[in-house]
Amino acid sequence: MKYFGLIWAGLFRKKLRTMLTLMSLWSAFVLLGLLQAVNSLFSGGADFLGANRMITQAKTSFTQPLPIRMMPQIEAVPGVARVSHSQFFGGQYQEGGSFFPQFAVNPQRLFDTYPEWTLSEDAKRNFVSTQDGAIVGKLLAEKYGWKVGDTVPLNSFIWTKADGNRTWEWKIVGIFDGRDSEWKKRTSLMYLNYGQFDEARNPRAKGLAGVFVVRMNDPNQSEKIAALIDEKFENSSDETKTQSEQEFQLGFARQLGDIGLIVNLITSAVFFSILFLTGVSMSQAVRERIPELAILKVLGFKDRTVMLLVLAEAFLLCFIGALTGMLSASLLTTTLPPEFPITTDSRVWIIAGISVIVLSLLIGVPPALRALRIKIVDALAGR
Amino acid sequence: MSTLTQIREIVVMNLQSIPQRLGASLVIVVGIAGVVGVLVALLSMSQGLGKTLGSTGRADRMVITRGGSNGELSSFLDRPSVTVIKQDPAIARGKDGLPLASGELIVITEVPRFGQKTGANVTLRGVEPNGFELRPELKIVDGRKFRPGLREIIVGQAASKQFDGLRSGSTLRFRGQTWNIVGIFSTNGDAHESELWTDAETAQSAFGRSGVSSILVSLKNVDSLASMQERLLEDPQLNVEVKTEYDFYSGQSSNLTAVIGVLAGIVGLIMGIGAVSGALTTMYSAVSARTQEIGTLRALGFGAMPVVASVMSEALILAFAGGLVGSLIAFIAFNGYSVSTLGSGFTQVAFKFAVTPGLVFTGLIIALAIGFIGGLFPAIRAARMPVTAALRGG
Repeated sequence: MKYFGLIWAGLFRKKLRTMLTLMSLWSAFVLLGLLQAVNSLFSGGADFLGANRMITQAKTSFTQPLPIRMMPQIEAVPGVARVSHSQFFGGQYQEGGSFFPQFAVNPQRLFDTYPEWTLSEDAKRNFVSTQDGAIVGKLLAEKYGWKVGDTVPLNSFIWTKADGNRTWEWKIVGIFDGRDSEWKKRTSLMYLNYGQFDEARNPRAKGLAGVFVVRMNDPNQSEKIAALIDEKFENSSDETKTQSEQEFQLGFARQLGDIGLIVNLITSAVFFSILFLTGVSMSQAVRERIPELAILKVLGFKDRTVMLLVLAEAFLLCFIGALTGMLSASLLTTTLPPEFPITTDSRVWIIAGISVIVLSLLIGVPPALRALRIKIVDALAGR
Repeated sequence: MSTLTQIREIVVMNLQSIPQRLGASLVIVVGIAGVVGVLVALLSMSQGLGKTLGSTGRADRMVITRGGSNGELSSFLDRPSVTVIKQDPAIARGKDGLPLASGELIVITEVPRFGQKTGANVTLRGVEPNGFELRPELKIVDGRKFRPGLREIIVGQAASKQFDGLRSGSTLRFRGQTWNIVGIFSTNGDAHESELWTDAETAQSAFGRSGVSSILVSLKNVDSLASMQERLLEDPQLNVEVKTEYDFYSGQSSNLTAVIGVLAGIVGLIMGIGAVSGALTTMYSAVSARTQEIGTLRALGFGAMPVVASVMSEALILAFAGGLVGSLIAFIAFNGYSVSTLGSGFTQVAFKFAVTPGLVFTGLIIALAIGFIGGLFPAIRAARMPVTAALRGG
């Protein structure tokens, strides 16, 4: 640590070159931060979801709604605590307005399976008892300035009413929030009472529930329970696929394709370029300073110490570049709109940390070895 | 010597000395190759997707869907409507004298990608026998067509390469029934190649549907489009949207292309900053290594302009080389690489990366721009150096 001043002075011996190298490193780590944050989202992200919920969907596809008559059968499976159902509504609010998700649900069963949403007892009772009632998430209500008592018309691109009309009116009876900060961030959705939804829709579609949300007593039993549920409907026309809620959510992201591959390809291309660039600049910096390093040795610095000084300088360079880059990336992700829920989480910081070590070794070791081997007489003579 | 002759001499001399500074010069090449390679690869993805969707459909065929639906998946037309629509006088007649129209049912099925367990949404399209006559571009490349009434499926070429278990002779399980894959079809690389096809009525009975999602019709005459649209839209029995097949599909790529464009923009900008600073480092050190040489040249009577030109030309040539290398790597690694992603119909569209000459051109322009900025400031410094100071070595 006592050599910090020396290392620092060596690093900024040529200010312009160091600043430019730092800028390259900065750009590499901004990209690393952003891209790996995206990768986190696709490769495991949804771990805030409780482990005690599973989703039962039609095996063919989750877009194929399952009939509501299956609910008591699922609920009868040992280990299942409560079942709710959820149908994607696909409504558009205002012409050309931005999209937010709505689901038609049974209110009481929603509260039983999602205790993470918080809502006053009065609002809960109102949602249960209002056929055309809806509850909206806090963020969504703030965005559109909705209050309890407002009527929201939604134009569904999927569901028509029996008379062929596609405009559904929903009365807001409550505004819900999340239990903790993770859930508070996700209150950009709307729940509709299944009552009016099933009553008014086209008779062809009546009695379809969508997907089932299964709440278990013991999350450790999930695989067994999932197998039991799927077994029940095997070889029927409504075969099911039951998986954890997390898997179900990840399935959506994976539909987009191999995001991880693309992200990792870009990251490695960036790193290769930066590695090369920083490496050349570092070895140049050492080459110019050979006489100075020789003087250090004359003053009594050991060969090993001089080598470590050079290595530390490479590390410091990478560290500063990485830190500023990652901080910029974190700052950028927080300014993104909530539709892009990417954050530079601990996984990303760990990747950045490993990258700093690898990068500083790759660019630091060759010039450090050179510094180790400097012969004082030759160096001072300029040979 | 005139300024032009001076420029020529000094540029040639400078370029011949690049091999002596190879390591540092490569920084520009590698840095810019990285930026251009990544950008060209990203853009070739949206290019490929646009190509697949843009080549789907023709202007003389119409897709009719339910009014207000945002695609075939959310559309539904009941049997009476189908009959009314098919009777429209603008529709061409087939060999059998019946309207050349195919009511098609879309359902989503889940098929895993190679090496994955979770399913990806793949379109299962039920088509009427006329669906084949309507689409002369469709060719069976392996096996045979499905037989109506049997649970048989034909698979698009792109889908069979992208997803697991979609080979001729294998079976799929839908809704508790076994379906046989009897053939592979090609439609010249358009979006239908990412689909599974079966008989419309078989699909209806298996999935418990009575109507269809969309109707594809062929017109006797393209000019009758407007009158047909008017008739169908004004018919009080119907609630439909009529689009040419071409418009229907090319509208679907815009969203994803925009997303990729934004991504490429952000990545390119940040990488560009890195590459510019790399180029600046290299050129500054090239100038400082040549300080005495430049001083000598100035003392011999070379002007400031030729010195600027020599530095700039070095930066631009190295940048151009970087751009070429980057485009070449993108071309070798990605051109024709096939992937699939979620299309706007909420099902997978398989497409191939397309590294087009236009993209290579864009890449080279970006490379030159980075080289220009990277060369400019060092060139100005070189030209401004006082001759006496430069001769002493700066």
